[in-house]
Amino acid sequence: MNNAREYPSTDAGPFPAPPATIEDRAGRTVELELATTETLDGLVEMYDAFDPAQRAQGIPPSDPERIKPWVATILDGGVHVIARHDQSVSGHAMLVPDGGGAFELAIFVLQSYQGAGIGRQLLEHLLGAGEAASVERIWLTVERWNTPAMELYRSVGFETVRADRFDLEMAMSIQ
Amino acid sequence: MRVLVGIEGSDESDVVLRNAIARAEEAGDSLTFAIFAKPEGGQDLDTIEAIVSAAIEESSIDAIITRIDDRDPASELVAIAEREGFEQLVVGGGRDTPLGKRYLGRITEFVLLNAEVTVRLER
Repeated sequence: MNNAREYPSTDAGPFPAPPATIEDRAGRTVELELATTETLDGLVEMYDAFDPAQRAQGIPPSDPERIKPWVATILDGGVHVIARHDQSVSGHAMLVPDGGGAFELAIFVLQSYQGAGIGRQLLEHLLGAGEAASVERIWLTVERWNTPAMELYRSVGFETVRADRFDLEMAMSIQ
Repeated sequence: MRVLVGIEGSDESDVVLRNAIARAEEAGDSLTFAIFAKPEGGQDLDTIEAIVSAAIEESSIDAIITRIDDRDPASELVAIAEREGFEQLVVGGGRDTPLGKRYLGRITEFVLLNAEVTVRLER
């Protein structure tokens, strides 16, 4: 990706850190917690159940065989927050190190849990966990048509830093 | 089929090079490799030409290598394809971000939007 990316000069935050217990708009009690290596199977289960039509730029992989290796790879570093309801994982937000001192962000919420405010809570708690882990610069890519996602990212402090491509790049600073 | 293959000397180009040769061996395509250095730096043209020549040597096909020494290689690549009547233009089909999202490089985006010939993305 673009190493010369510009980051907002103003830091956003502070953000709430996990663990936290929230009630979503459907009245479900949802636990937000840091992922551990023990979360691997729960995450694989969530991504197995993920609607392929809602994949973003090729992830999660459509081939079930490739889901576990992908989850294991991304869990290997960075900051991961999961949403848990009834013992199963319903959402995952992550900051994955990009090798250049910054972190790439993504969020996935299982279809049956969408539209209940879990994505925003996950995002805010991920940023809180990022603050605790001394993360400073964060970026993401989002498909241009995905207005709801862009609005959500903008509302927590992301700014569009590149808009001349098929997908759009946003960045934010915390701490 | 007359196929023009864009090679810029990246990991993505390695896939393009391998796949284009493999398909040409099967389908009898006549290949021309248009090589160019990435505008943001990386392998130079001599290095890229050596890699492509070696791959052709090892294969059962013959192919032409042509250099694009232009500050805007994507536009020149499209121009060559159209001017010289190629039937297909082949470029890389994307790279992955650290967390695995696929994105298309600048060259590929330009080719998709601007080429009048059929475009094939190799993955």
